[in-house]
Formats: sequence, C-alpha cells, structure tokens
Amino acid sequence: MVKIIKAAFLIAVLFIACSFNIEAKQIIVSKSGAGISSVKTALTKIAGGDTIIISAGIYKEHGIKIHTPVTIIGKNFPVIDGESLGQIFTIDTSNVSISGLIIQNTGFSSMDDLAGIRTQQVSHITISGNKFLNCCYAVFIAASDYCTIQNNFIKGNPANQQMAGNGIHGWQSINCEINHNEITGQRDGIYFEFVQGSTISNNHSYENMRYGLHFMFNDNNRFVQNLFENNGSGVAVMFSKNITMLNNTYRDNWGASAYGLLLKEINDSYVLYNHFEKNTAAVYMEGCNRIVFSRNDFIQNGWAIRVQASCMNNTIAFNNFLGNTFDIATNGSLSLNVYSGNYWEQYDGYDLNKNGIGDVPFRPVSVFSMFSENMPESMVMMRSFCVTLLDKIEKVIPGVIPEDLIDNSPMMKKINNAYPGSGT
Amino acid sequence: MKLVKYIFFDLVRSRFVFFYFLLLLLFTGTFILLQDDVSKVQLSLLNIIILVVPLVSVIFATIHWYNSAEFIEVLLAQPVSRKRIFISEFVALSLAVGGAFILATGIPLLIFYPDLVSLLLMIGGFFLTIIFIALAFWSAVFTRDKAKGIGLSLVLWLYFSLIYDGLVLMLMFNFSDYPIDKIVVVLLSLNPVDVSRVMVLMKMEMSAMLGYSGAVFTDFLGSKVGMIYSIGLLIIWSIVPFFWALRKFSKKDL
Repeated sequence: MVKIIKAAFLIAVLFIACSFNIEAKQIIVSKSGAGISSVKTALTKIAGGDTIIISAGIYKEHGIKIHTPVTIIGKNFPVIDGESLGQIFTIDTSNVSISGLIIQNTGFSSMDDLAGIRTQQVSHITISGNKFLNCCYAVFIAASDYCTIQNNFIKGNPANQQMAGNGIHGWQSINCEINHNEITGQRDGIYFEFVQGSTISNNHSYENMRYGLHFMFNDNNRFVQNLFENNGSGVAVMFSKNITMLNNTYRDNWGASAYGLLLKEINDSYVLYNHFEKNTAAVYMEGCNRIVFSRNDFIQNGWAIRVQASCMNNTIAFNNFLGNTFDIATNGSLSLNVYSGNYWEQYDGYDLNKNGIGDVPFRPVSVFSMFSENMPESMVMMRSFCVTLLDKIEKVIPGVIPEDLIDNSPMMKKINNAYPGSGT
Repeated sequence: MKLVKYIFFDLVRSRFVFFYFLLLLLFTGTFILLQDDVSKVQLSLLNIIILVVPLVSVIFATIHWYNSAEFIEVLLAQPVSRKRIFISEFVALSLAVGGAFILATGIPLLIFYPDLVSLLLMIGGFFLTIIFIALAFWSAVFTRDKAKGIGLSLVLWLYFSLIYDGLVLMLMFNFSDYPIDKIVVVLLSLNPVDVSRVMVLMKMEMSAMLGYSGAVFTDFLGSKVGMIYSIGLLIIWSIVPFFWALRKFSKKDL
C-alpha cells in the first residue's frame, strides 16, 4: 500500500515537473535587483518557446546570438547599446520574436554588414515595435522566410553613403511582410534582393541617402500604400516581374538624378492608384514590358513619365497629368506603348458630343522634350520663346514627335483616382 | 542733370510709361493672386520679362528718339555737347521705363516672395530694359527714316528673343555628337535675353532637370561665380551698344 502511495506520489511529482516544463518559462532581465541583468545570460537559461522580458534600462551588449526559439519583449523600451562594437542580435533559429526594444549603435565595419538584428536561414521571425537608432543595417534578413517586420522606427545617422547600410535589408527570402515601419537616414530605406512573394505596405520611407525602396531581382511582390518622400534618388525597382504597386505616394524626390519611381527591366507589372508629386522625373522606364499604369496622379513633376524607346506593350490609361513640365518624354521615333483615356491638363481640345472624351486626339510629347532626350544640353534652352513657339508649331504640323504616341480618347475632366479599397 | 530731370518728367507725364506700368502691374497682380505656387508665378513672370520687357523697351525708345528729334536739334543749337544730350536721353529713358518695371513687377514680387529668384528676376528685367533702350538708340541713330528705325529695332528684338535661340538649337542638333556644352555657354553669353533667362532658371528648382548632362551649366552658371558672371555680362551688354550708339551720334551729320 505504501509502495502504491509512493508510486502515485512520484508520478504526481513527475507530472507537475513535466507540466512546468511544457508551460513556457518567463525570465525577467533587469538592471535593478539581484536577478539576471544581461540579455546574454538570460539566453543561456532558456528552453525553446520561453519568454524573456527586459525591463527599462541601458544594456551595453553586442554579439547576442539567439539559438533557441524565444520571445523577447522590452518593457518601457529598454536600450540595447552595441557601443559601436559590432552586430547586436544574430538569430539563427526559427520562431523568434523581438519587440519593444531600442537597439542602437552597431558601429561600422568595412568587412561585415553589421546589423541591429540579423536573421540567417530561418523562418517565422517577428520583429515589431522596436526602435533602431544609429545602426548600420537595422534589420538584415538573409535567406529567411515568413518574416514579419512591422511598426518599427528606424533612423540612421551615417557620416556618408559609403558608411551607411540599409534600413530593412532582405536577401533571398520568401513570403515576408514589411508593414507600418518608419525609416529614415539610412542608405536605402528598404532594400530587397531575390525576395519573392512578399508584401511591403504602409511604410514611410523618407530622407534616406539613396533610395527609399530599392528592389533587385524580386518577382511576385506587392507594395501597397507606402509613402516615399524626399529620398536621395527616390525608388528604384529593377529586374523583376509580376510586381504590383498599389496606392503608394512618391513625393519630393527632387534633384539631378532623382526619380519618383525608376523602373528598369520590369515585366508584367501593375502600377495602380499611385500618387506622384513634385519629383524631377516621376516615372523613368527602361526596358520595361507589359506594365499597366492606371488611375495614377502625376502632379507638378519635371517629367511625368520618361519612357525610353526600349519599352514596349505598356499601357498608360486613366491617369491624371496635372502641371508637369513635360508629361511624356521619349528618345525614339517609334512608340509601342498604348496611351488612352488619360486626363491631360495641357489638352485644349473640345467635346462636341458631350461624352466626356475629347474629340481631338492629344499628343503628350512636346518637340522640346524629344530634343532634350536626344541631346540633354538643349535643356538649357528651357523656357525660351523659341522653344515655346516650336512646340506650338509642332502641335499644328507634327513632324518630329512619334506618330503613334497619341492619346485618341483624352478625358475632358480630371479623373477621380481615389483608391476604392481599404487596407492592404 | 537738369536735362535728365526735364526729359524724365516729360516721359513720366506721357501716357505711355503710365500705361506700361499699369500693364505690368496687371500681369504681376494676376500671377501673384491667381497662382499659389511660387515657382509658377516666377516662371510666368520670367516669360514676361524675356519677351514683353525687351519689346516694349526697344519700341518705345525708338519712337521716343524720333519724336524728340526736333527737341534734340533745338538743344544742339545751345551750348550743350552732343554727348551730354545723348547720355541724358538714355538715363532719363532708363529711369522712366526701368522704374516702371521695378515698381510694377520687381517690388510686388519682392514683397510677396522675397527670395533670390525674385531678386534675379528684377535685376534681369531692369538690365534687359537698359540693354534694349541702348539697342533702340543705336538703330535710331543708324537711320533717319522713322519706319526703317522701328523696323530695325523690331528685327533686333526678334533676333535676340527668337532667331538666336533657334540658331543655337540648330547648332546643338547638328553637333550633338560633340562635347558642345562649353561652346553653348559661350553662345548663350552672347545674347542678353538668354543670359538673364539662364541666370534666373539656374536658381530655380527646375535646374535639377538639367541633370548629369547639364553638369557644366549647373556647376558653372548655377554657382555664385556664374551669377556674378551673368550680371557682369549684362553690364557689358548695356555698356557696349550704348557707347557704340554714342560714337555714331557724336559723328553723325544731323
């Protein structure tokens, strides 16, 4: 009988012990009190699925390696300071979540890309609600899938472009979500290379040294409702196909080599409901095929769209062109793109049958823009009376501008391009 | 000095200068009131300054010279040197027409948009007035026939605001394979209308549209040195035709 009771007791103890093990452990890291006062120490004491809660304070640590699935939560924004000595977090296991931290001062190395948080060959990582200050790279996702990076604030403060890294750097990853981040002062706000099936939405990328968003060799991605403002060279999207750009705003990217949206070798993509305002060149296209530009607003840009002759089968329909110096510019005499149903502020035709569509076709390219594409020096004649007169003559007797570059059904009234959907 | 005063008040009393003043004020007022964007206002005014200001100056100065031919002849009978009469006419006319421009366009512009571009617009417009008055005097001294004189000054205006730019564009077109940007800078310097236009454009946001290819323009003409260079050119441009006309007038058999 005693044996049975002893056995039952043992089993009960085992059960309790087991149940303790199954229940995730919470470890509190704090600078005050006798408990654990370092993140690194805390990480040695955990099992998979545990939670580390870091209390407010300054933790001078770098080279923190995460090998076990863990949730790290900062309370009242504790500061993890790398003291410019190196990378701060390196994640090489899946299922890790980091939130509520201030991660700062990675320093700069010309050998390694030092990051606030780096992930390597993992999946299901969540990085949310952190602040990255003065990091070379803030978040570096290398070969990691299903990562979510949201609600972070990233602010770099590099001395020059050579010493700067990117805000969110994605490399060879699949199905990532980059939402609601605010990124400024980095080299590229968001840089993606070989990333697939990902969504970038509701981010605000501004005053970065080079591009607000830089996209290379990424197929099947979407970017939605982002705001790209005042970046060194705007946004560059290159060598990709099946990209959807929806309801983004590109603003104030002004400078000798700044573009609102630079598209190079992009195929089968959609540019819908975007808003381009005050960019030197709102859209610059080179070697692009089968892109649909629709329901976009082009307002007060130097050039609204610069289409190089290497582009074909693109559709530009139902856009508003308001107050741009040049609406369309091209460098070839052959145009293989379709322009239809746009509203051109410079259009001065009439509509006799009152169907809202102008009865006279509109040619959006001016002679001067043709000249300046072929011989850039002639831009210095801008605003000369001679040039104005040439444009007027060309309108009456077309000779230089491409025959096919014509909108046969220009709208009489501005099109309402408010995005009908909500969210992403 | 007395002569300058006399001619100046005579000019101000004439309806023409007043009308010109009103016209400019109307343009400036409408642009400032109807457009909310600074650069748009400045660009519209730039068009006025490189087109209307030279035209009005050149025509008015020519007509004025012919109309005061008898007055000048009477004056010459007095012990006054030709040089003094000529200079007085020039100064009085510059003050009247240029003053109208500054009062109607320059001052309102500087009040509403006090920046460098507005200042340059004012400087450019004033110099263009002087330059085209000098050119008008030159063509008026050139021939005794009023119709011919007005025709000549119109041709000069047409040449500087239209034909010259066309020729430069043609040159660019034919030599676009060569590095011609430096030559273009030199060519632009030879036309006061282009000098003032480029001087203003380089200080506007628009200059970014010149891009890499226009590096020579933006680096040189857009710099402080370039601005001083442009203003220097405008000064030279107002002095040279003036002295040329003065020499002709001094030697002319009236």
